[in-house]
Formats: sequence, structure tokens, C-alpha cells
Amino acid sequence: MIRTPLRPLARILEARRRGENPDAIERENIRLRHEEMHDRARRRAEGRLLVLAGLFFIGFTAVGGKMAVLAQSEPAEPRVSSAGARIHAQRADIVDRKGRVLATNFDTYSLYAQPQQMVDPVRAAEKLLEIFPDLDGERLLRDFNGTRKFLWIRRTLSPEQKQAVHDIGEPGLLFGPREMRLYPNGRLAAHVLGGTSFGREGVHAAEVVGVAGIEKQLDERLRDPARAHEPLILSLDLSVQAAMERVLLGGMKIMNAKGAAGILMDVQTGEVVAVASLPDFDPNTRPPLPTEGNPDDSPLFNRAVQGVYELGSTFKVFAMAQALDLGLVTPSSVIDTRSPMQWGKFRIRDFRNYGPELSAEKVLVKSSNVGTARIALQIGGARQMAFLDALGFMQASPLEISEASGSRPLLPANWSDLSTMTISYGHGLSTSPMHLAAAYATIVNGGRLVTPTLLRDPARTPGARVISEATSATMRDMLRKVVSEGTASLAEVEGYAVGGKTGTADKPNARGGGYYKDKVIASFAGMFPADDPKYVLVVTLDEPVETSGDEPHRTAGWTAVPVAAEIVRRTAPLLGLRPAIEHAGAPAITPASH
Amino acid sequence: MRSLLHVLTALAVIGLAFWAYRENYRTQAALAEAQRLQASIAEARQRLRILNAEWAYLNRPERLMDLVDLNYDRLGLVPLQPRQFGRIDQVAYPAPAARGLGNPVDVAHREEQLP
Repeated sequence: MIRTPLRPLARILEARRRGENPDAIERENIRLRHEEMHDRARRRAEGRLLVLAGLFFIGFTAVGGKMAVLAQSEPAEPRVSSAGARIHAQRADIVDRKGRVLATNFDTYSLYAQPQQMVDPVRAAEKLLEIFPDLDGERLLRDFNGTRKFLWIRRTLSPEQKQAVHDIGEPGLLFGPREMRLYPNGRLAAHVLGGTSFGREGVHAAEVVGVAGIEKQLDERLRDPARAHEPLILSLDLSVQAAMERVLLGGMKIMNAKGAAGILMDVQTGEVVAVASLPDFDPNTRPPLPTEGNPDDSPLFNRAVQGVYELGSTFKVFAMAQALDLGLVTPSSVIDTRSPMQWGKFRIRDFRNYGPELSAEKVLVKSSNVGTARIALQIGGARQMAFLDALGFMQASPLEISEASGSRPLLPANWSDLSTMTISYGHGLSTSPMHLAAAYATIVNGGRLVTPTLLRDPARTPGARVISEATSATMRDMLRKVVSEGTASLAEVEGYAVGGKTGTADKPNARGGGYYKDKVIASFAGMFPADDPKYVLVVTLDEPVETSGDEPHRTAGWTAVPVAAEIVRRTAPLLGLRPAIEHAGAPAITPASH
Repeated sequence: MRSLLHVLTALAVIGLAFWAYRENYRTQAALAEAQRLQASIAEARQRLRILNAEWAYLNRPERLMDLVDLNYDRLGLVPLQPRQFGRIDQVAYPAPAARGLGNPVDVAHREEQLP
């Protein structure tokens, strides 16, 4: 670069000649030079900015373009990936404790129509009516000829129906893939499983959501994609459940009852091995909710959990256990049982008069209301309330089905001395059979709290101590004696020592108040084997009448107890319990002689 | 010397191009194979699911109980009873005669006969 000199000699000489200041020339030249430098720096900065802007433009265009491509492209599975040995399903299977399937998924198709594309709507409607007689023909024809662009016809199709629809050859009838929930065992454990229905629906897929039972309660777990391949293991045993339902159904028919419930629970872990409520339903075709009448007339009603009843004399066990635990009585203490017992204007009677006094043990064995009421008075209302609360009678059952949260026990508004007495023999406090089973398990397992669960968990242990080990052992003896010498004599099962307590409670009149004279809830709560209980069994029959004899029997000893005995007879071998066979002498090991 | 380098470079380019071409096609073939296998795995899984469901359906207790009732003459099956449990000392020893000592085999004699 040629630099112009700041003081060019020619111009300086010229200026001197003219008498001007030559410094002015220098300043002028310096100014020009600065201006030039300034321009050059500006140009360079502008150039750099331009390049930078260009880079940013390219960058943003690339990001934006990629986003547009991602938004527009159809999702595709990665072509090169090592898929694990998982079965991809929208909803996890449900299996019983031995891995037998209770609920699974099935691929099927839904049928929808696009009337705009139809060639012959009238013929299509006629043919569809032949395949699905329950469709509304007129409405179908109206929809096909109307302005609708889209309508669902069937949610699920069987393969035969799909082929038949395909054979119509109508281009406006289309199929969308569907995953549907299948309960292969039909009515078995229907109340536990509940049922499912479709949630949000699209042409290519539909959500399957639980609507009742464990499907609803654990809906999130079952739909969690991360755990969809591992089945949900329940504590139920399919074969025990089937045997119990069959015996219960037979018993319900023989005893002319309108409903029945049965619960079989592990006394240590609280796992429910079988739970049945009759009448039941098929979860594959769940009936609609009842809109009128009593809720318990519907087969959807779960008597074992939702059915909140006054359970009668089965409650005497709790008063007795508490009195023993507090040291107020011993099994041989003498209790005043003069009947009727007057309290204010209220009278407490026994089923029949048991004489002026009985030992505490006999009060339970003979099921004396008066005797139990006197023991309850010794305990007092506050302590009784605290004890029943500790046993779980004041909250809804924690069982993992959606119905359980609505099964709050009905408590008296004012816990007076009279309530204390009536509650001691099972009137004035309504609970579900599930509460009763858990409380019995707590009483007989050594006195530690049991909470019922439907999930398989062999490591579960009972919770806090409620009564002492010794009291629990005494209660086991007493319950055994109720069967061997008391009101539950029909519960004797060869090979298994059953212990338990009967309860016959008059049904409260829903309308007028008071109680029905000839409608009862008969229940039996027991455990087996009595010396080292493994399982607790609760059987409840709704309005049973045993009519084989001359006069009808309604008490639990004649109705619920034989059914419970048959359940023990059928399920105990299935549960792997070895019968205690009484031998005539020492077993002789002798070689056979022939 | 210089022209030899040019020729070698050209040959190397041709060779690499051929290799890249072949690798490309082999990759595509492997991808197609993987896709085919994925599809058949998915199909097999679907079949497995259906078979599992069908197995559970065919083994439902209700159906088995009906089958047991229908075939009572041939099978004679009844529900499991407590008396079907036994103890090991309730099982009798087999009779001495049944131990197979009736026809002793004379091993020494047989060995002599064999070549």
C-alpha cells in the first residue's frame, strides 16, 4: 500500500510560497487518513456480521427443517434394534398365585363405516343386520343415507363375524385393529377383576381402561408401558376360588338364600386366597349399573367387600378376646346370664334361656347375648372402641379393588353404654365380611394385625400386636369348642379341626327402621386347622331358610355352617393341608404278608 | 514416477468406490433381513398371546368340571378328599414274592455260553 506522505514537499513549498501555514496540510492529511482507516474497519465489521448472520440462518433453517420433517413423517419402528423377549401389550396380564391367567389381551377388530364411500348402503345395512341381529336396522339405514361421514358399528368382532362382514364386499365398511381384554375364566373371581371398557378411541387403536375391581384400582400399574410385560400376580388361587364358588352356589340354592359371600384368607400374610360374592356376572360382558332398586340386588354388588352388614354373634369373639387380654375374665370366670337383661327401656334376650350363670367360655360356646353384654360393660365403651379401631373396623377395607374404598363401616353416632352392649354381640355396627375375616385372622394368628391384600406377597408379615400370644391361644381353644360342643357343630370336618363362631343377625328394615322378623344374615367366621391356624374362612348367606325339617331353620348353625364345612372339605386338600388322621395306635410297619 | 502415483491413486479410488458400493448393498440386505425377522417375531408373539389366551380359556375350571362330569364313567374323577392324603408308613412294603426272586438268572452260566 502506498502511503501518502503527511507533509508532501511540493504542497508545503507551495504553501510557504503563498504564506500559508504548512501545518494545516499535515492536519488535513491526518484527518483523511483516519477517515480511510475508519471506513475500512466498518467494512470489515459489516462483513463479519454478514457471515455470522449467514451461519445463524443456516443453523436455524437446519433445526426448523428437521422439526418439520419429524412432524410430518409417519412413525416407524427402528429397523436395527435388538428387541428383548418381551410381549408388547397395552395392558399387563393378571395371573393367579400359580401363574394361571385371569385376564389377558386379545387382538381383534372394530367395525366402522364411512357412508360416503358406500356403493350400496341398503344392501350393506341388510347384510349387517343378518350378522348382528341386535343392531337397530332403521337407524343404520338412516345413518348410511344421511350426511354422516363416519360411524362406529361394533367395538369388537369375532374372527367369524369379521369374515362375514368382509364377504359383504362393501368398500365403505372398514376394520380398525383393537386390543380387547379377555377374562378366559368367565364368571370366576368376577368381582375381584371388575372389568374394562374402551376409553379414548381412534381408528387405529383404543385405550382399554379398568372400570371396576382391581382393573380400576391398579389401572395405572396395569397400563404402565415399562411394566406391561410383567403380569400382575394376585394372591387368589384359581382352583380354590373355583371350588369355593361352586360350593357357595350350591349352598345358596339349598338354603334358598338370595345372596352369598365367602372369603378365604391366609392368617399370617392377609393374602386373600379366594373371595366370592353371589350372584355374580361375566366381566367379559359386564352388565350395566343398576339405576333403580336396592344396590345389592345387582350382580355387580360385591357382598364380600361392599356389603356392610350387622354380622351378629360373630362379633362376640372380639369382646371376649379383649376381656381376656385385659385380664377382666378368664375362661372359667362366672358370668351372670339371667335373661332378659333390662337396661333402661331396652331389653337384651338370649335365643333361649341358658340359666342364671355360665362360665365365660360357655358364654361364647352357647352364644349368650346377655353374658357378652355384661362382659362388654366391664370393658367400657372407650376401650371397646379403641380395640375395634385397632382391628380395622373403623376404616374402609384396604383391599386393592375400587369398591373397597366405598365400604366404610357404619358406626353408631353416639357410642353409649347401650351401643357398647349391642355392638359386643354384633348389632349397631355394620361392617363387611372382609373386615371380619381380617379381624379373625388377627385374633387367631397370635394377635398381630392383619390387613387384607389381593396381591401375592409371601414375604408379608403381620403388623403391630393387638392382643397377646396367650390370649390368642385361648381364643383358638374357645373357637374350637364352639364347633366341637357349641352352636357350630355342623362345621366338624373329618381330618381338619375347624374352629369358628356363628352369627345370625336380623336384617334391618331399610324403610321403616327396626328389624325384619324372618329375614336374617347368617354368617360363620372360622379358622382351620384350629391348633395352628393357616386360613380364616368367612361365609355369609343373605336371607337363608333351611326347609328340610318340619320347621324352617334360619340360624347360622343350620345354614351358613354346613356350607362353610363343605368349603373346608373341598378347599383344604387343594391348599395342601394334610388332614390330621387319628390313628388307633402307633403306626405298625409290617411287611404285607401276601 | 509422478504418473505412476496418479495411476495408483485412481486405482485406489476405484477400489474404494467398489468396496463402498458393496458395503452399502450388504447393509441394505441386512436391514431388510432384520426387518423380516422382526415382523416374524412380532407375528410369533401375537400367535403366542392368542394361544396363551386359548389355553387359559380351554382350561377354565368350569369347562374342566363339565368334562369330568361327562367322562365320569371312564375316568371316575371326584374332588380331592382329605382321605386321599397318606403317610409314608401307611404304605405297605411289597410282599417278598413280588421282588422278582422267583426266576434267578444264572449269570455265570450265561457268560459261559456267550462267545
